Amino acid sequence: MRPEFEAEVLASLRSTAGPTLDGKAPTEVAPELAWADRKLHYKLVSPLNRRKFKIIVVGTGLAGGGAAAALGELGYEVHSFTFHDAPRRAHSVAAQGGINAARGRKVDNDSLARFVKDTVKGGDYRARESDVWRLAEESVRVIDHMEAIGAPFAREYGGQLATRSFGGVQVSRTYYTRGQTGQQLQVASSQALLRQVKAGTVHLHTRSEMLDLIVIDGRAQGIVTRDLVTGKIEAHTAHAVVLTTGGYGNVYFRSTLAKNSNVTAAFRAHRRGALFASPSFIQFHPTALPIGNEWQSKTILMSESLRNDGRIWVPVAPADPRPANDIPEDERDYYLERRYPAFGNLTPRDVASRAARDEIESGHGVGPLKNSVYLDFRDAIARLGKPVIVERYGNLFEMYEHATGENPLEVPMRIAPGAHFAMGGLWSDYDAMSNIPGLFVGGEAGWAYHGANRLGANSLLSACVDGWFTLPYSIPNYLAGLLGTPALERDDPRVHAFAEEARTGVQALVDIGGTQGPDRFHRRLGDILYSHCGVSRSGEGLAEGIRLIQELRREFYADLRVQGSSGSFNQELERAGRIADYLDMAELMCLDALDRDESCGAHFRVEHQLADGEAARDDAHWAFVSAWERDGSRYVRHDEPLAFESVRPETRNYR
Amino acid sequence: MKLKLKIWRQENTAAAGGFVAYEVDDVQPELTILEALDKLNDELVEQGDSPVAFDSDCREGICGSCGITVDGRPHGPEANTPSCHQRLKSFADGQQVTLEPFRSAAYPVVRDLAVDRSALDRVVESGGFVSIDAGTAPDADSHEVSHQAAEVALDMAACIGCGACVAACPNGSANLYVGAKLLHLSVLPTTKYERGRRARDMVETMEEEFGPCSLYGECVEVCPAGIPLTAIAGVNREKLRAVLRGRDRDD
Ligand SMILES: Cc1cc2nc3c(=O)[nH]c(=O)nc-3n(C[C@H](O)[C@H](O)[C@H](O)COP(=O)(O)OP(=O)(O)OC[C@H]3O[C@@H](n4cnc5c(N)ncnc54)[C@H](O)[C@@H]3O)c2cc1C
Ligand code: SF4
Ligand code: FES
Repeated sequence: MRPEFEAEVLASLRSTAGPTLDGKAPTEVAPELAWADRKLHYKLVSPLNRRKFKIIVVGTGLAGGGAAAALGELGYEVHSFTFHDAPRRAHSVAAQGGINAARGRKVDNDSLARFVKDTVKGGDYRARESDVWRLAEESVRVIDHMEAIGAPFAREYGGQLATRSFGGVQVSRTYYTRGQTGQQLQVASSQALLRQVKAGTVHLHTRSEMLDLIVIDGRAQGIVTRDLVTGKIEAHTAHAVVLTTGGYGNVYFRSTLAKNSNVTAAFRAHRRGALFASPSFIQFHPTALPIGNEWQSKTILMSESLRNDGRIWVPVAPADPRPANDIPEDERDYYLERRYPAFGNLTPRDVASRAARDEIESGHGVGPLKNSVYLDFRDAIARLGKPVIVERYGNLFEMYEHATGENPLEVPMRIAPGAHFAMGGLWSDYDAMSNIPGLFVGGEAGWAYHGANRLGANSLLSACVDGWFTLPYSIPNYLAGLLGTPALERDDPRVHAFAEEARTGVQALVDIGGTQGPDRFHRRLGDILYSHCGVSRSGEGLAEGIRLIQELRREFYADLRVQGSSGSFNQELERAGRIADYLDMAELMCLDALDRDESCGAHFRVEHQLADGEAARDDAHWAFVSAWERDGSRYVRHDEPLAFESVRPETRNYR
Repeated sequence: MKLKLKIWRQENTAAAGGFVAYEVDDVQPELTILEALDKLNDELVEQGDSPVAFDSDCREGICGSCGITVDGRPHGPEANTPSCHQRLKSFADGQQVTLEPFRSAAYPVVRDLAVDRSALDRVVESGGFVSIDAGTAPDADSHEVSHQAAEVALDMAACIGCGACVAACPNGSANLYVGAKLLHLSVLPTTKYERGRRARDMVETMEEEFGPCSLYGECVEVCPAGIPLTAIAGVNREKLRAVLRGRDRDD
């Protein structure tokens, strides 16, 4: 039984009455044959008819750039939108580690089936199995394609592609280009996009932010955008709309994401009826840079590899005021080594993040803001000597020193869990289409593939696969049924009404005329989420979080100040709109986390842990994806049941 | 610490701009110059003044969005470091620091410190790509690329497209940027037949949009990606190669 307060909060926001969702994967064939089967049954659009169809693609990251370029190549009239000044700046550019592909070239016993198993298990059995099979299958040619269009993947001395291993797997299937894999893939894909711009098949709209989705006659038929330079609000119509607008981890204010990443496009589509799946599934990276002072704007990712030699500890005495080096050995708690003797400092991301948070919460945090834990190289230096450690981690040490002013060779590093990757997103069926006909989703904006916990290097893969190889098959199938139907006219009065509504919404923010700028609300929202819907969650904390968010939202609409006008380049106004959406998004995240009364992957409910502190997943009651519909200010839950045929569910254990 | 800032304010491309003096107090030396601007903006908004516009996004030195001129130097005092990684420890407590947009004829000011760098993309659009459609790529293991060649390509492909090289150049030349792109693509096995045409087209667009290169070399001092001066030689090499091959626009 839920405590009364929690039950009340749930009852005030949630209804579980939504009909069961159908993921629409082929059911008559095994999951590994689903994609071949589906492709065969897809309807096609003949080359001559393609140019009669208009497609809007929002986002030019790996998912959007690929989709727009591929659909342009096929001959459709594509309109590509980004709020960046150039397609190459999309957040994908920042990924470092690598991109997985189940090419199974080596004799390390990798295979499509093993990729699927690792991914499904890593995600704690909360992903759709058939989607993961498709991801595995298309991963084989994604590397070829990205290499061919310009990504110089690392090569062995003999000239063959090099691979390395990544967390959560025991084979070597990660392709990489130094520490710039995302950058190289993103630059190559932006260039492929610009090739289509030159060819006239793709019309690129930069510094244009999508503010609304146009849904008319039950279909997605266009978007409303704001020109970020002139402030002009315009409607664009098309036969289909693709959202590839990235993840929403920035809702936490300080995250590893680019500062402008946001949820607006997805959330506005959600307001127009698109279901939002698993909003509370957020991956926290355990080795992010801690917040050193109030004005630090984000948390930079430090490589996980540091945990190979660094030992993680906190002082035994809470709030110990002494500098790290003055704390004697027997007054240090190497808590990971103590709690996880087998994996020690190398426990997986979610486990390490959770343990750090426990220490910080219980008053053992270190650093000026008491919000981090030590990652100490003292013993490694004593054992191996400074030169070895400098050679292994020198550039990371420099980066750390640059950012914090402390030399990790002399004092331990300070690290903390940072909000990183959104596993949740707009719900889509096996054809990457949302529940609104004509609205497609790809990349991190969607919910597909990763379940409750993403394996490293699977996300660049999913963005590339969606963009280049899933959407270009599934969208034509939808369009084929619309042959002979022209796109809506831009000056259709119903289209005008959407633009007018967006204009009113923007002006309303400017007109509040309060005293606090948007960033202040964002910072406070981030604090609420980190403590109430962070690395670990409790029913009580989540219910309280919802209350605090609602309060903050009331304050926002009463006291927001947007300097400047709506008719010009106005970054405050951009932020204000995004934070308005984040406030609602945060509420939905907490609601989803409160509702999902189990632990799975990155979603850890303290009420649901095994005797040894591990997550207690509850397949009997929660083996489904929650996809939320918004009904006024309330949410209706739709469930998509999950079944696993090729990978049998088991418990994850890292002791 | 505390800084006295002299910041360029300009409503939009058409309006005239000018410097305005500000102060930020109580900032830690580890903060970046962009975070100091965040703090200043917070205070400006509180006072009911308009905040300073500037571009930034990843704040990790990789997206190329950020770019301001600090005391006359694109990105700031620390060499080969993007604006988002320029820290206040480069300055003395109480020092006066001048912040301007990237200055170049090719970069119209959008507002305050934000500029329009789309000319960089127009160069790419004119030919800086590989003409392969989705689904038609050969198996990447079927052709060999030596480790060394891949490394050279990577050295050149490291460019983050920030455009500081152009802003640093007394002539406003984009040779470092264009050379890096040409050399990166010239190594790729999948695009050798369009190499000559690419060089001609990209150089032609570059010459329309940007100034000529007089080998001042100031570009390499500011380039956050460490693109070497050899990239500049690459422009001539690729152009010359196309001419010597003698075929018009295709080889
Ligand atoms: C620091 C870091 C390191 C990472 N490293 C790895 C790694 O090594 N391997 C891996 O697999 N994954 C990694 N990831 C995850 C991976 O980078 C992302 O999940 C992936 O790149 C997302 O791609 P995308 O195309 O979905 O979205 P993005 O690249 O985020 O693109 C979003 C696009 O949408 C546009 N957009 C958004 N909203 C709007 C709007 N309202 N109007 C108009 N345009 C809009 C943006 O302008 C942008 O073009 C990392 C992530 C981080 C934060
Ligand atoms: S060459 Fe260097 S300075 Fe020029 S755009 Fe590229 S990264 Fe920036
Ligand atoms: S903000 Fe991305 S490089 Fe500086």
